[in-house]
Amino acid sequence: MGLVLLVVIWLITLIGSYFIIAKTWWLPVGASAAAAAIDHHFTVSYILMGSVFILAQLALGWFAWKYRDRGAGSQPAHYSHGNTKLEVLWTILTIILFVGLNLASEPIWSSERLHGASPGAVQVEVTAMQFAWYFRYAGPDGKFGSTKPELEDASLGGAGALGLDSNDPSSKDDVISGVMVVPVNREIEVILRSHDVIHSFFVPAMRFKQDTVPGLAIHMHFTPIQTGDYELACAELCGLGHYKMHGIVKVVSDQEFSQWLAAREAEKQ
Amino acid sequence: MADSVVPHDIPSVYEPSLFGTYSKKIGMWLFLMSDSLTFGALLYAYSYGRISTPNWPTPFHSESIVNATIMTAFLLTSSLTMVLAVRASVQKDAKAQTLWLLATIACGAGFVILHGMEWSKLIAEGMTLPFFPPVPGHEVSAEFASVAKTVPQFPSTFFTLTGMHMLHVTLGIVYLGVVALRKKFIPILLALWLIAWLGTPSYSPFHYGAHVLLAAAIVCAIILWLKPKVYDASDVEVAGLYWHFVDLVWMFIFPLVYLMSARIL
Amino acid sequence: MAGGTRGGEAITMVSHDAHAHAAPQGFIRKYIFSLDHKVIGIQYFFLALVAVLTGMFLSLLMRIHLVWPNAHLPIFGDIKPETYLSLLTMHGTIMVFFVLTTAPQGGFGNYFLPIQIGAPDMAFPVLNMLSFWTTFLGFLVLVAAFFVTGGAPLHGWTGYAPLSALPSAGPGEGLGADLWIISIAIFCIGALMGALNFITTTLDMRAKGMTLMRMPLTCWAWFITAILGLLAFGVLLSAGILLLMDRQLGTSFFVPLGTVNGVLTGHKGGSPLLWQHLFWFFGHPEVYIAILPAMGLCSQLLSVFSRKPIFGYKAMVYAIMAIGFLGFMVWGHHMFMSGMSPYSAFAFSIMTMGIGVPSAIKTFNWLGTLWRGKIRFSSPMLFAIGFVSLFVVGGISGPFLAQPVLDIYLHETYFVIAHFHLIMGVASIFGIFAATYYWFPKMFGRMMNETWAKAHFWLTFVGAYAIFMPMHYYGMAAGLRRYSQGTEVAWINALAPIQKFISIAAFITIASQFIFVINLFWSMKKGEKAADNPWEATTLEWITATPPPHDNFGGVTPVVHNGPYEYSVPGAPRDFVMQTDAEVGAKKH
Ligand code: HEM
Ligand SMILES: [Cu+2]
Ligand SMILES: [Cu+2]
Repeated sequence: MGLVLLVVIWLITLIGSYFIIAKTWWLPVGASAAAAAIDHHFTVSYILMGSVFILAQLALGWFAWKYRDRGAGSQPAHYSHGNTKLEVLWTILTIILFVGLNLASEPIWSSERLHGASPGAVQVEVTAMQFAWYFRYAGPDGKFGSTKPELEDASLGGAGALGLDSNDPSSKDDVISGVMVVPVNREIEVILRSHDVIHSFFVPAMRFKQDTVPGLAIHMHFTPIQTGDYELACAELCGLGHYKMHGIVKVVSDQEFSQWLAAREAEKQ
Repeated sequence: MADSVVPHDIPSVYEPSLFGTYSKKIGMWLFLMSDSLTFGALLYAYSYGRISTPNWPTPFHSESIVNATIMTAFLLTSSLTMVLAVRASVQKDAKAQTLWLLATIACGAGFVILHGMEWSKLIAEGMTLPFFPPVPGHEVSAEFASVAKTVPQFPSTFFTLTGMHMLHVTLGIVYLGVVALRKKFIPILLALWLIAWLGTPSYSPFHYGAHVLLAAAIVCAIILWLKPKVYDASDVEVAGLYWHFVDLVWMFIFPLVYLMSARIL
Repeated sequence: MAGGTRGGEAITMVSHDAHAHAAPQGFIRKYIFSLDHKVIGIQYFFLALVAVLTGMFLSLLMRIHLVWPNAHLPIFGDIKPETYLSLLTMHGTIMVFFVLTTAPQGGFGNYFLPIQIGAPDMAFPVLNMLSFWTTFLGFLVLVAAFFVTGGAPLHGWTGYAPLSALPSAGPGEGLGADLWIISIAIFCIGALMGALNFITTTLDMRAKGMTLMRMPLTCWAWFITAILGLLAFGVLLSAGILLLMDRQLGTSFFVPLGTVNGVLTGHKGGSPLLWQHLFWFFGHPEVYIAILPAMGLCSQLLSVFSRKPIFGYKAMVYAIMAIGFLGFMVWGHHMFMSGMSPYSAFAFSIMTMGIGVPSAIKTFNWLGTLWRGKIRFSSPMLFAIGFVSLFVVGGISGPFLAQPVLDIYLHETYFVIAHFHLIMGVASIFGIFAATYYWFPKMFGRMMNETWAKAHFWLTFVGAYAIFMPMHYYGMAAGLRRYSQGTEVAWINALAPIQKFISIAAFITIASQFIFVINLFWSMKKGEKAADNPWEATTLEWITATPPPHDNFGGVTPVVHNGPYEYSVPGAPRDFVMQTDAEVGAKKH
């Protein structure tokens, strides 16, 4: 029985680790400035925690086999209540490992989340509702027009869905889109809102996720560094249509972005 | 086998208990710990709402404050009578014990009745929760109505905190009633339920709230059936712990929801 | 037999009559409204069994829907996206509350805590009975949610507001959601009564010589679990009351100004994050409520079946305490992406890594216990070893999730599902299985069939890995949880083969659980008669008769002279020294 345990536990450990090491299913290409550092931290964590995992499982299987009851007359178990020195040793080692790992990740977190977007960032307001995403750009005046919950009507789409107040002059030039178009290599400041329940704005390629909470306007930022279409999806359970609440982040060149924005602006007139 | 002969008569067959107290008292302390977290969560919700609301209203007129002060006096008095009940129980003075318990109940009931009237008045004047039925034929105070409309957190937290406390006082009354009168308290409780239920108009929250008494009567009947016993000094002491705790909670609620929301002229 | 001699050595006992109540007569007082902690323990056990079968059935339907979304099921009909979410909500709620909280603590804890500390019953038998029936009522109310109009709620076991607060937010959010909240509130009350009872019993009713530091680790675990429950359920109760008020009285604790489908909700000024704070303040301790008893039990079993004292008893006790204490300071790790202040994420993250330390210490001590032991592979031991393996794999993913930087990506993916199913779900279920195989002889007087038990172990062990290991990969590739179908989002659709593999593994594993159920009932009737101490273990439940008499030790109270893990003591006549045997000489570490 001990041998079977050893074989099964070892096999599971090896097969389990294989798919991680081989990266058979892995993070998508990182298309934002933060991706490299985050991915690197993933790798470091995998190497350290993975070693602990493999060593612990190997030891478990090994002990199960090595210290099996070899029948009557064999050596009795070792009578010991433990070893304080060892106890202290592995406590300290674990603390160093866990806290060290944590501190190593600190700079990334603070640049991503503790500091606001820089002044020149492109602002996009992201609004979530059951079960759609809307993206709003402030237009030439650089100001988002005010919105009012009592004006919201999803069936109207666009400005109507957002409840845009047409009496507010700064709302006139706001561009509303169902696709998020952003320029490459520019910092994007997203302002996340929700009308009804909590949703979550998740763009795996950007290594970006943030809940959108009704009643709050959450400011966050990321910087795409590669053009292309990247899918986004809702990551927080929001109701029966949760699974189909996805969309596209289109990262284009700065020039294309300006053209696109101008074209949308022109459409409005 | 040094200690294989332990005298038949108790507690020495066990390890010494915590602080040398009996189980019931430990149990009550534990309950109070957990209950303070229950109240703690409500108070946390209150603070959360209050901090995140820029213009927290301070609508309570002197009338409300005076009323709440009298209620507070009732509760403080009841704590005193409770102490006296505990003393009587220690002195094995059964009659005084019952009397002081009843006095405590009376004070508690006074508190609940005054509080109930205060609630009814506030609701009628428009400081109400959206789903409370409207009170027919009563003048709504413009000020309260606007508070309820602009800062719904205000009536929400007010009714939740005081309501939870009122529930605790009510159950405390039932508890003391059972300790004082045992089985005989059940019919009284049922009578109180009928009075509270039939005596309140159907739009009043107390009309439905009264069923708490019915539920309490059923649970007490089950407990008395399972474990009929004469309550002794320790039961009175433990009941006292509960009662004092409920008073203590009021000493948080009174300043928080009343004094800190009193109209400043 | 109790109070007599066993194995040639006298067992010291003293008679008592405190706390004892006469054995009840009549069916109702004996089996239904029983005050006997053993009967109540068995009632809890069967409640959990019904609950786990229900929960498992729901997961089966979910797994079918994920792979064959258009399947038309007999009786059940079609599974629509909202049905899927209802199944998911009810599965989670039933499993967390009525299985993982109920079986290890309410079931086995109730039965064995008093016996293991040498008490004739719980401190408050009436309260104990009420706590069971309250829990039972909670279960009925929860299941009722399936049958009301609109069906069961779809807001997940975490019930995030405003989804859970607004009847208009989706089907199931009407009466079904009300019942869900009421059920949880009822459960809280039952759990509070139980917790209070466990703590008082442990503090007040330990037999002479059973000092705190001689208590089996199972008792420590039940004790600390009860403290966690006492402090955590009170808060959930409040949260539930507030949520119900938002729904029924129109208050706005959790709901800000907003619309659903363009219609104003009529609420304003509330905060969705308040619900998350209150819920997780309960929720994190709750996950330890689910696992601590299993940890205690596996510590116990590794020692018994390695015939070796537990490695680092004191370290184990301190680790349980540390987990209990820190458990109240880490709830924010569920909220890194919630919009909570990113600064507090730091604090919660460090604390969470901190709580990983005692968990790691326990793992090392388990390995240390096996080391140089003499392992007997009885079925309880197999499950205990399986537990360690699962605890390690589930625990390893914790420190990934606990780092906000990595949680940006991993939050709400299947990586989280893998993490908590392995460590909380399966590991704790392994604890329950181990407990069943280990204590069945004492509870029902017969042994369970060992061959079937082993078959059950292998299928479940390999099955659990086959189901939950691939979920890590699914999560690493950003596969999102709570998606009724993965077909809509391109990158998730690409992962469909993993889901298919998991579903097939799940079918096999679920099917193999019937080996356990059949073995359980078959052995109750037909199993081999059990001796009083079939595992040659040292703790007090093994000195009394099988099954134990009404007051556990037959009118006497044991006197304890030894710690709970005196195995292979050099010079002792047998390789185990009962806790009631004469004191083992100077113990050298
Ligand atoms: C090494 C120790 C542990 C660490 C560092 C840890 C960390 C975490 C973190 C950070 C999360 C949140 C992930 C997210 O939602 O993005 C999480 C989720 C969870 N953990 Fe752990 N955990 C540990 C041990 C445990 C244990 C022992 C249990 C239960 C017995 C447990 C049960 C859960 C559950 C149930 C969830 C998910 C709840 C949900 O979202 O539905 N964890 N864990
Ligand atoms: Cu969603
Ligand atoms: Cu947690």
